[in-house]
Amino acid sequence: MNYAVETKNLCRVFKRKRSRKERKQEPTKENQKEVVALDDVNIQVKEGELFGLLGPNGAGKTTLIKILSTLLLPTKGEAWVAGHNVAEDTFNIRMKINSVSGGESSGYGLLTARENVWMFSQFYDVPSKVAKQRADDLFKTFGLYEKRNQKMRTLSTGERQKMGMVRGFITDPDIIFLDEPTLGLDVNASRVIRRFVADWVREHEKKTVLLTTHYMMEAEELCDRVAIIDKGKVLVCDTPENLKKTVRRSSTLRLEIDPLKDYSKFRDIPGIRNFSKKVNPETNRSELVFVIDDEAAVSDILSVVTGEGKRIHELRKTEPTLEDVFVSLVGRALE
Amino acid sequence: MAMIKRHWKTLKTAAWLGWQMESNWTQPFLFAVYSILKPIAATMILVLMYWVVINPGYGGQAENAIMFSFLYVGNAFYIFVGQMLFGIFRVIQGDREWYQTIRNVYIAPISYYVYVVARALTQLVIASIAVVITLLFGVFVLGVQISLAVTDIPLFLTILVIGLVGVSAMGVILGGISFLTAKHMHGMNESVAGIFYLFCGVLFPISMFPVWGQFISRAIPLTYWFEALRRVLAPETLQIPTSLTQIDTGLLMLILLSSTIVLVLVSYFVFKGADYLARRKGVIDMITSY
Repeated sequence: MNYAVETKNLCRVFKRKRSRKERKQEPTKENQKEVVALDDVNIQVKEGELFGLLGPNGAGKTTLIKILSTLLLPTKGEAWVAGHNVAEDTFNIRMKINSVSGGESSGYGLLTARENVWMFSQFYDVPSKVAKQRADDLFKTFGLYEKRNQKMRTLSTGERQKMGMVRGFITDPDIIFLDEPTLGLDVNASRVIRRFVADWVREHEKKTVLLTTHYMMEAEELCDRVAIIDKGKVLVCDTPENLKKTVRRSSTLRLEIDPLKDYSKFRDIPGIRNFSKKVNPETNRSELVFVIDDEAAVSDILSVVTGEGKRIHELRKTEPTLEDVFVSLVGRALE
Repeated sequence: MAMIKRHWKTLKTAAWLGWQMESNWTQPFLFAVYSILKPIAATMILVLMYWVVINPGYGGQAENAIMFSFLYVGNAFYIFVGQMLFGIFRVIQGDREWYQTIRNVYIAPISYYVYVVARALTQLVIASIAVVITLLFGVFVLGVQISLAVTDIPLFLTILVIGLVGVSAMGVILGGISFLTAKHMHGMNESVAGIFYLFCGVLFPISMFPVWGQFISRAIPLTYWFEALRRVLAPETLQIPTSLTQIDTGLLMLILLSSTIVLVLVSYFVFKGADYLARRKGVIDMITSY
């Protein structure tokens, strides 16, 4: 089978300079000289697939995208894009790919939005006339048509991000890497991007998208398959439906409570597969998600909370989501 | 053939981008005024220093028209060196740190080397305007003795082009090294440009150096470029003993040409090597100015 993207035992280690103070200290996880960004990653993305990489910040998603888009070399292992090795055959890969990063507001402020994307299209040998027509169509799709002749420096951050999407798709790539494409965008803009990506893959049978996100809803809505990645390791890889099945026999309990002094007591309760907690800074309440295998654990959980004299503001039992899959695997929430 | 076509398109597009970036920051009229005033103002600093030095009231000697032509021509053509050494560094650092476009340009199916050379071409155009203005100002306002015979124009253009290719190659070498360095490493370019200003016979003959200094001067191809340019543009400066005077112009041209070919080859390999190392270290798109 021809894969659009394939990696075998892919590793990437970054060396960091330690300060004089750190060099004098015993090596710890925080002050180590080497940071493992990718650890033995094996994935296969089929042609025509919308493949998601779901993981928290710092999981290694962007590093993987950088390697696949020929911006970075792997430390060990191999990777192929469109059948070409990323370390050896960059030109043939670059002919077939493009990449868009979320939060990206890059571009030349002195050029107009249209000039910016036209210029990049020329690097991909798109005929000038075709590029201009394509740019206008994409500007319309992303609601930027009226502003296409404005200098980029006058566009808002969100508008620049949409311009980045136009730049990515104007070359009509066979494979596109979307690295957190909706990061920081408002709800409507995110929806437009998600709809466009879904339509683009559906309408073009052989086009492939590799999407990284830490929004589980985005991965669930868009992706044919999802790999969950954390600390450089791919933990699982399957369709969203199959991944959710892994926690379906369990149940998910969501609690919103006043913050506790000690959360470690939950670890001792039998029947809890894993749990995550985060504090909502607006309400100053703890939001807990438990993946539980035994319903009897519910009363023990409530006892821990009430035992500390804390109030339970909300208690819900929900259908499993990809986030619950992540919590059951890793023991913390995605965001 | 397809590859040449692709390089040509890259060259055109990147040169267009470079021109937009250099000329589009203000209105055309202001840009024209700036382009004229900047080189004249820079030249006047040197001219005033010269006038002070030769003023008998400050213990100086009487004005020497030939020496003035010597330093004026050298200084005018040094504009190319300064512009190219800083310009290419600025292109790479600007794309990386300020505009943050380097990752999008880098992963495009183009030769990044050709892209950088094309951006350098814009710097050449800007520098050429400044050099012409400086020379015209020198001849018509300051009375600098420049006498370019019509029959010498082909030789002058040959020397000019060879030298500019060499200067561009040096810029590309420093640009390649800057792939691996942080933004604040612009001091490296300043140092190299300063070394060239001092040792290449820009302002004074290299015969004024001790032997070790002359050795350094003779090892830098630009020294031969400045000497050759002066021989064509201001032949009377040959009266000044530079320690290169005894070299026949043909041999001078041969040294200039061969050292430029070597420089171009070195620039290609240094750039490619630095590119590979930067990709291995993961610093192609690093941001260092926080």
